[in-house]
Amino acid sequence: MAALEEEFTLSSVVLSAGPEGLLGVEQSDKTDQFLVTDSGRTVILYKVSDQKPLGSWSVKQGQIITCPAVCNFQTREYIVVHDNKVLRIWNNEDVNLDKVFKATLSAEVYRILSVQGTEPLVLFKEGAVRGLEALLADPQQKIETVISDEEVINEIMVCVKTSHGNYFAYVQMFNSRILTKYTLLLGQDENSVIESFTASVDRKFISLMSLSSDGCIYETLIPIRPTDPEKNQTLVRSLLLKAVVSGNTRNGVALTALDQDHIAVLGSPQAASKECLSVWNIKFQTLQTSKELPQGTSGQLWYYGENLFMLHGKSLTVIPYKCEVSSLAGALGKLKHGQDPGTHVMPRFVNWETPQGCGLGFQNSEQSRRILRRRKIEVSLQPEVPPSKQLLSTIMEDSEKHIEVEVRKFLALKQTPDFHTVIGDTVTGLLERCKAEPSFYPRNCLVQLIQTHVLSYSLCPDLMEIALIKKDVQLLQLCLQQFPDIPESVTCACLKIFLSIGDDSLQETDVSMESVFDYSNSVHDEKMEEQTEILQNGFSPEEDKCSNCDQELNKKPQDETKESTSCPVVPKRAALLNAILHSAYSETFLLPHLKDIPAQHITLFLKYLYFLYLKCSENATMTLPGIHPPTLNQIMDWICLLLDANFTVVVMMPEAKRLLINLYKLVKSQISVYSELNKIEVSFRELQKLNQEKNNRGLYSIEVLELF
Amino acid sequence: RSTSGAEPESARARGAGAERGERREGERAAAGIRCVAYNNQSNRLAVSRTDGTVEVYNLSANYFQEKFPGHESRLQEASVLARRQRLLAGLNGEIMRMFTGINIKYDCEMSWEDPLWSMVGCEDGSVKLFQITPDKIHFERNFDRQKSRILSLSWHPSGTHIAAGSIDYISVFDVKSGSAIHKMIVDRQHMGVSKRKCIVWGVAFLSDGTVISVDSAGKVQFWDSATGTLVKSHLIANADVQSIAVAEQEDSFVVGTAEGTVFHFQLVPVTSNSSEKQWVRTKPFQHHTHDVRTVAHSPTALISGGTDTHLVIRPLMEKVEVKNYDAALRKITFPHRRLISCSKKRQLLLFQFAHHLELWRLGSTVATGKNGDTLPLSKNADHLLHLKTKGPENIICSCISPCGSWIAYSTVSRFFLYRLNYEHDNISLKRVSKMPPFLRCALQILFSEDSTKLFVASNQGALHIVQLSGGSFKHLHAFQPQSGTVEAMCLLAVSSDGNWLAASGTSAGVHVYNVKQLKLHCTVPAYNFPVTAMAIAPNTNNLVIAHSDQQVFEYSIPDKQYTDWSRTVQKQGFHHLWLQRDTPITHISFHPKRPMHILLHDAYMFCIIDKSLPLPNDKTLLYNPFPPTNESDVVRRRTAHAFKISKIYKPLLFMDLLDERTLVAVERPLDDIIAQLPPPIKKKKFGT
Repeated sequence: MAALEEEFTLSSVVLSAGPEGLLGVEQSDKTDQFLVTDSGRTVILYKVSDQKPLGSWSVKQGQIITCPAVCNFQTREYIVVHDNKVLRIWNNEDVNLDKVFKATLSAEVYRILSVQGTEPLVLFKEGAVRGLEALLADPQQKIETVISDEEVINEIMVCVKTSHGNYFAYVQMFNSRILTKYTLLLGQDENSVIESFTASVDRKFISLMSLSSDGCIYETLIPIRPTDPEKNQTLVRSLLLKAVVSGNTRNGVALTALDQDHIAVLGSPQAASKECLSVWNIKFQTLQTSKELPQGTSGQLWYYGENLFMLHGKSLTVIPYKCEVSSLAGALGKLKHGQDPGTHVMPRFVNWETPQGCGLGFQNSEQSRRILRRRKIEVSLQPEVPPSKQLLSTIMEDSEKHIEVEVRKFLALKQTPDFHTVIGDTVTGLLERCKAEPSFYPRNCLVQLIQTHVLSYSLCPDLMEIALIKKDVQLLQLCLQQFPDIPESVTCACLKIFLSIGDDSLQETDVSMESVFDYSNSVHDEKMEEQTEILQNGFSPEEDKCSNCDQELNKKPQDETKESTSCPVVPKRAALLNAILHSAYSETFLLPHLKDIPAQHITLFLKYLYFLYLKCSENATMTLPGIHPPTLNQIMDWICLLLDANFTVVVMMPEAKRLLINLYKLVKSQISVYSELNKIEVSFRELQKLNQEKNNRGLYSIEVLELF
Repeated sequence: RSTSGAEPESARARGAGAERGERREGERAAAGIRCVAYNNQSNRLAVSRTDGTVEVYNLSANYFQEKFPGHESRLQEASVLARRQRLLAGLNGEIMRMFTGINIKYDCEMSWEDPLWSMVGCEDGSVKLFQITPDKIHFERNFDRQKSRILSLSWHPSGTHIAAGSIDYISVFDVKSGSAIHKMIVDRQHMGVSKRKCIVWGVAFLSDGTVISVDSAGKVQFWDSATGTLVKSHLIANADVQSIAVAEQEDSFVVGTAEGTVFHFQLVPVTSNSSEKQWVRTKPFQHHTHDVRTVAHSPTALISGGTDTHLVIRPLMEKVEVKNYDAALRKITFPHRRLISCSKKRQLLLFQFAHHLELWRLGSTVATGKNGDTLPLSKNADHLLHLKTKGPENIICSCISPCGSWIAYSTVSRFFLYRLNYEHDNISLKRVSKMPPFLRCALQILFSEDSTKLFVASNQGALHIVQLSGGSFKHLHAFQPQSGTVEAMCLLAVSSDGNWLAASGTSAGVHVYNVKQLKLHCTVPAYNFPVTAMAIAPNTNNLVIAHSDQQVFEYSIPDKQYTDWSRTVQKQGFHHLWLQRDTPITHISFHPKRPMHILLHDAYMFCIIDKSLPLPNDKTLLYNPFPPTNESDVVRRRTAHAFKISKIYKPLLFMDLLDERTLVAVERPLDDIIAQLPPPIKKKKFGT
């Protein structure tokens, strides 16, 4: 897990950093020591672990350092360029920069590159590159012009030039001196400006990552061994991470690759927020850690030897970065017994990398990562295709009937290890075809697939969308029952359909009725008449005379009881609504959607819920009959939710008045029950106290004890 | 009433009476733990409490609490703060007391490497170095004085450096020069809020130069003492982290917080095979309700103690190889010693507290009742006497004579004997002056049954017999310890006929002396575990001995051998549940009319062993409450076994037979102790 550690400031002395920050931070020959070149006249050698400077060198007044000092790892000397053309070489013992070796060059130097194990390279502003030794042999040699503008450079040379919005990358092999030029194509967003580059090298490619002004990170792969060095080649960049930083930052942004999978980005995540150093995992596209830098930065970032350097405010800040291979066992401190080499644990879960290997037989490992979602179409009929492949091909072409047969066949087979992925692919394929051909709707297939229990909403969001469009309440009910992760907006959309769909169209559907008990069952009917009096936790609503509406209601008590005892919706709709009641939700996300439901539907639903509540309170256990009925809590929560969301609307509706009064009385009666219970509690407590006193033998007591 | 046994009517005193007495007793039990120190060589643990008492536990002997240190404890290191005085328990068993004078000393640390040096951090910010010689401590020198007071100290294992925790910073001193080489500033921030001060409650110096600090902002921080920089910081609590202890291997340490939590940190490899290691917070434990003031780390267990008076010993399961007594969590709350003595004749109870004694007369009743009844009192218990000690010393032991007319007690340096006169309801107390110089510090005091003789076990190892007559006393004899042993006796038992005196130390065997002939009669074969209680049965003169591993032996003094019953018990072995009990047996007594019965109790049960009944084996139910009377005789007889255990009174501090039909029990309810504790840190719990 990648982690940024406690930051520390390298120098208490304020560096004379210009508005554009430092000139550079470079590694020295000792692992822990770094050369910091400020934008003025000074080079400072820091020892990071001690957090203090070891040495400091300045050029004369009037001179200005134009290129960050680097270390020549072969000779352990330091090299700096001032006034664009004057090269200085010195070592630790030298005190005065004026008295050290000096070479005046014929062209302006852009940067000196120094890598462990090789001689330093001097990169001129015109783009030419010379080895230091060769250059020092003849400092005044002519330097050819290769390019004319700005570059960013890394290990094996990559120069990037901007000219009128076009970007070119130049790659020069260190040993072969072959210069290859590439044109970077920016893709559709031609207006974006590349803000920062970083490059890393693996065996075959130079990966050039660029941070664009639109806040996204793109990756360009440049082959190390160019196929045709003479030709001007173009490179396409691909999107790596989206919206990492906000486009318009004040101080610019910076990007640096930490290792194969991690990059550090400096910039503000949102336009208004403070600047942040964040570490992203590009493999999983996740933000691993981030650190706020409230005092602002110069938009520069360097990374050497596990330390990230940046200018935070006025001082140079170092943040150690660590990416340890963390093991859960290590974190838990349980490491006493190592893994027994003899035993092999069978992988129980689907390996993310393997499904395409065994499932569909894609061999192209290079594309493996992205293919997972896109493949499904390119399937060819071969004589010996696995059933899953065959199924997929069927989906694309055949008739609904045939598909159904094929799906049934496949489901009848034994569950293969790639069962999950095949089901997922099948559903996606079906849905894609559904979208393409409006007449195509393989309902039975979808039902069968949903009943495999392996699907979830996030796996195929289109499924419910299509079902909603088709108003297929049966499928929706099935989804609500099976999917664990339906968003509240979709739940609400389902509810809308369930409430609005006509009774006649409901008759045709084949809705699962297991959650609905036949409420019109006559067994309860006679009981109910007598029970209305002692309903609701022993409190009859008729007892409360405070409401002025009571009189009005009392005029027709017969009607009321009738109303409350007959189910306001048909059983099929009740079953659908029960599916909604059973679904998981979060209040905060559900409430705004509930407001969109028309008022008369709200009233209907409330009536139904009230009816369920009355049914509940008939039972001593406060549960509904049936196999999988809604619980009392679910009912009460939904009543509260509906009222919360739509109270102002419902309260204005004349037809909802009676319902509201009933609910009001229900609450009132509950309150009075609780107040009565509270009263009883006091007496109970007294009883308990008495009981305790009997047990509590006081400080001193004499007791009779029969031993044996 | 047709049962085999009698139905002795029992009286019991719960703290014996009035409100005042109860409160006082609470004071003793509610003394929180201030400091804990563990010594690896002897596997012993020293514990000091806020009332100034010091306890030493022998971890190899089922965590049995030995005496207050002062004799054979060969502790190399036990630094204990006790009521403005500092006791250094160590080196040849001397108790060294340094009066603090004006300065309150906050912490004291002895060098591991060289026990001859001790360090004291002072209120005024100075660190003083003391040299300890076998007979005294003398001041060596002062280190550079710091601005604020020193709260914690830690030696580098090599003895070259010292880390001192103070307010807002930690100093590292070079011992040779005495100068501070680093001053590491601790961040005051606490959960983003700047606290007024950050108090470094504890520091630990590791041999690789790492200094670990715990502070009032709830942080555990790792510092590099060579560069004086912060290496890593763990925020573990919302309240103070008050204590730290490091294992000797330096691969794990433990910290205690004011929230009652104990956290275990371990040095574990970053990945399973790498050599690079890092400190990881591994296990949190919550065994305390109040501040964990102190922690210790033994090789196999984490030990913590705090304001809630419990000493918790939590074994590290990965270090425990076999499942035995050490593998269980231990919570020690009550002393493993009897602090109450009883005068049977006058029905008096003498309660021993840290700094005073209380004498109570038991109440009485005229009513009778059936089993389980609480009888109305005709006379309540009376608080007769409150005897305060002079000076700061704690009472080590006390005793009231069976006739009730003598009270003797001893502190670390003085022995007191009082004569009590009863005239109707008045009581007068007269101190017997001019104690002989050899009676200076007693570890155990006992009166003979007829109250004519006083037996005193001195801390020098000698056993003194003193003849008491009228208001005077006469020194009869002193049994000198056998040559070669320095161990003092800490348990005494005398036979009811006054002929035999049994004495036991903490580790050596039990010696039986003939009081008439004034000579050593015999020595009971040595046993590995210390004796926790013993008594001599009347008539038979069988010595019953209970050991800390829960074994009980019966040894016939006249025959100089174990009795047949004892041999049978040893052959068959005790019931496994009996051996798994948590607390040692603290008192043994006998019924004068029932020679087959032995009454014994620990803190959570009392038991009557009926030697005439068969012994229970591991399959039988050990804790059968007294069988219900409605069962038939046959069933009762079939299920009956020798151990009749009752748990109705707990925690039980004392139980004895007053006469044939009366039993007195002193109970100390835990709720009362908790009620007297200061409130713990309030934690916001959801919904409250």
